[in-house]
Amino acid sequence: MSYLLAETPALPLHEAGKYVAAAYIVLFAMVLIYVTIMAVRLSRIERELGELLATVEARDGEHGNADAETGT
Amino acid sequence: MYGKGLRSLSIATVVAMSAALSLVFFYAPLEAEQGFLQKIFYVHVPLAIISLCGFVIGGVLAIAHLRTRDARWDYRSYVVIHMSLIFALATLITGSIWAKGSWGHWWVWDEPTLVSFLIVFLLYATYQPLRFAIEDPERQARYASVFAITAGAFVPLNFIAVRMSTSFLHPRVLGSTSNLPGPMALTFLVSLGAIALLFATLCKYELTAKHTRAQLRALRRRLAAETPGSNRDGAGARSAAPSAIPVSRPTAAPARTSG
Repeated sequence: MSYLLAETPALPLHEAGKYVAAAYIVLFAMVLIYVTIMAVRLSRIERELGELLATVEARDGEHGNADAETGT
Repeated sequence: MYGKGLRSLSIATVVAMSAALSLVFFYAPLEAEQGFLQKIFYVHVPLAIISLCGFVIGGVLAIAHLRTRDARWDYRSYVVIHMSLIFALATLITGSIWAKGSWGHWWVWDEPTLVSFLIVFLLYATYQPLRFAIEDPERQARYASVFAITAGAFVPLNFIAVRMSTSFLHPRVLGSTSNLPGPMALTFLVSLGAIALLFATLCKYELTAKHTRAQLRALRRRLAAETPGSNRDGAGARSAAPSAIPVSRPTAAPARTSG
């Protein structure tokens, strides 16, 4: 396959530029996709934490009402 | 505990990536044979090196898991292999872009470096389905560790075999056949460091996110157990991720089980 290199001289800047840009865009797109996934996960965790907090507050409210009714 | 040092690591990664990009486009000279197209190597080769190192590190962490039976090592091994697989995919894509620009083909099947890297990628692509196929967390972790060790040992052997092959169509950046001038070598090393930092940062983000989620699940289970009539712990969900992540710091080293 060494004939390939012999037959393909260096590309001019305007030709090579699009390939170089594509390679770097791929890397940054992958990082961007990963950051987006992390943001989705973070929002899900935040939502679940909110639900848990609401559950705890509701439970504490029920305990408070029960304590008030028994007078303790 | 996984989030410790995440901020400084993230800042270091951004600084290193910015420095690497500046060096690539404003400092490193154009290569005589390939011209501007050679700039792809400052991202492609570090991605390949880091992903292969990640696979080996995943195997080493799996050894630690099998030795200690501590689920945290399996968890780390899983995250490192997962991230290496993503980096390997980026390597294949950037390599194909370079091949198209340089050779006029997206892929060359009789080039050992390309095909061997694809074999490693496909091998590790089976890692997550393997985990997903096993329901029992302990067995899942054990089988995944054995896979990670075996595949991790295959990676350097594969690399050596390719190096020993006679074809030198694929350009060598490091090694006896390379003659990188000072500015190019500096740029390459900074790029390698930046990609390594990116890898470490993303792994740490993944570890922190998964650990936080595991803590949240544990908290939800505990609350569900204390609240009669509630069953919202999501225990039925299946995942390829380790399901036995310790959510609190153990007070003593886990006991080693025999057999």
